[in-house]
Amino acid sequence: MRVYLTLLRRELASHFVSLTGYVIISVVLLLLGFSILDMLPKLNGDATDTPITRIFYATVYFWMLMLLTTPIMTMRTFAQEKFTGTFETLMTTPVSDLEVVLAKFTGALIFFMVTWLPLGGYMMLLHQYTNQAATAFDYRTLLCTYLGIGLLGSVYVALGCFASALTRSQLIAAAVSYGMGITIFLLSLRSLVPIPMAGWQAKVFTYISLTEHLEDFSRGIIDTSNLVFYLSLTGMFLFLTLKVVESRRWK
Amino acid sequence: MSEPMIEVVNLTKRYAGHLAVANVSFTVGRGQIVGLLGPNGAGKSTILRILSCFLPATSGTVRVGGFDVFEQTDEVRRRIGYMPENNPLHVDMRVREYLKFRARLKGLSLAASRDRVSTVLEMCSLTEVDRRIIGQLSKGFRQRVGLADALVHEPELIILDEPTIGLDPNQLRSVRQLIKDLGRKHTILLSTHILPEVEATCSHVLILHQGRILASDATENLQRNIFQSGPAIAELTASTSTLQEFFAAQSEVETVDIVPTDGDWKRVTLTGRDGHDLRPLIHQWACTQRWPLRELTHGRHTLEDVFVKITRTEKEE
Repeated sequence: MRVYLTLLRRELASHFVSLTGYVIISVVLLLLGFSILDMLPKLNGDATDTPITRIFYATVYFWMLMLLTTPIMTMRTFAQEKFTGTFETLMTTPVSDLEVVLAKFTGALIFFMVTWLPLGGYMMLLHQYTNQAATAFDYRTLLCTYLGIGLLGSVYVALGCFASALTRSQLIAAAVSYGMGITIFLLSLRSLVPIPMAGWQAKVFTYISLTEHLEDFSRGIIDTSNLVFYLSLTGMFLFLTLKVVESRRWK
Repeated sequence: MSEPMIEVVNLTKRYAGHLAVANVSFTVGRGQIVGLLGPNGAGKSTILRILSCFLPATSGTVRVGGFDVFEQTDEVRRRIGYMPENNPLHVDMRVREYLKFRARLKGLSLAASRDRVSTVLEMCSLTEVDRRIIGQLSKGFRQRVGLADALVHEPELIILDEPTIGLDPNQLRSVRQLIKDLGRKHTILLSTHILPEVEATCSHVLILHQGRILASDATENLQRNIFQSGPAIAELTASTSTLQEFFAAQSEVETVDIVPTDGDWKRVTLTGRDGHDLRPLIHQWACTQRWPLRELTHGRHTLEDVFVKITRTEKEE
């Protein structure tokens, strides 16, 4: 536990005390700002009982943020340490491989969640200036959306860590996680386009669809099947990362 | 305490397609400073990486302080301080911050790490730069940060991979002195491809070539037998043919090489038979033949010569 916390502190420092960290934060701010601009006209129209978070989720910016920022956040985790050689100094201290993987994962996930904080601010602002806000805005829906973002984020962060563990090059790490991340996303869309399929195919594609699961969260619904889905995907990628880190001892 | 610090038995490491370390066995006793000497690609770094539990061996057993490096990695890793080749550091951290981070990773408590970091900062003369960012430090300072990291948890064994590479002569001297001082309390295994470095710092030497150990002995023995039995060099005034004839007739002389220098002076390089030191004889000859003599010295062996020499003696045996 002491080792884990020491490593986590170091990971957080490497995210927050770096230029890339703030570049990512500004990009996220910009995209979140665009998404709010996108939402405002929709709220100006007829009265709606759709939660604001649901409207936000429907903007294109949500997925852009999720898909574009996570590989940049995670590409350094292992690749950079392997490139500079500090991975060798790290692994020759009495730390366990699992502690290293978990610390790097949670460090990136915490940074990821911090970049999403402005969303809460925007929602509060909207809450201030809408009529009968109580119906459209519920803080519990917002928390639920955050839970969804955190769960989906952990899938993408774990995937990014896995890609980073595979290589010494940050560029390749980012490319691999972009490739895999976008593939998973496109697979999710398979249940909607080109044409909605009937029968078992539709069922399978709906089950593995990231978008379907997240939509529930943005409506304020916590379904255990959604939790299990995201957590098991995260678990799978973390397990793979751990195996890659351990693999130097098989060679 | 009779148990050796490092015990390597029949160690072999094969990378895809080539053999890096071939059936190497050696032991390192406690309190020794051992130099692993060899050219680039001899397998030095591979051996050190296996010792520090970073790479597994293909076959053979390696024990550090009685613990197996593959089965009991935690026990081994707690007992060693390892500085890899090129001394990788987190360049975005400050010196004190980095050392504290490393001390905590190596299992020191908060209070203990604070004390130890201050102690090693002092030992490595880093106190005045403790708040500087590592990336902005000179190579010599960085090297000392690496050393400070290796000894922050008071390990029994310190493993240093090419600790003096890329240092200027002043930094070189201070790092070597530091290693020597450390040797009083710790066992040290260091690798290098510089012969004088081993002579300056190490009590024992292992000579490694193409993944095999060619020689392993106390430094003074090797110095006597191999390092210092280089050719004798004399500058004399006499005609080349006289010198050639005279030296060819001497039974102690194996090879002669005469190069004219300025004026009538000739630079004569002589190797003695069976590593015989020819210098006293040359002086004697110069006196009896009445040749003016202005310089008498012995050429130092390069690492290359040492390998040639050892491989040749092996063949003869």
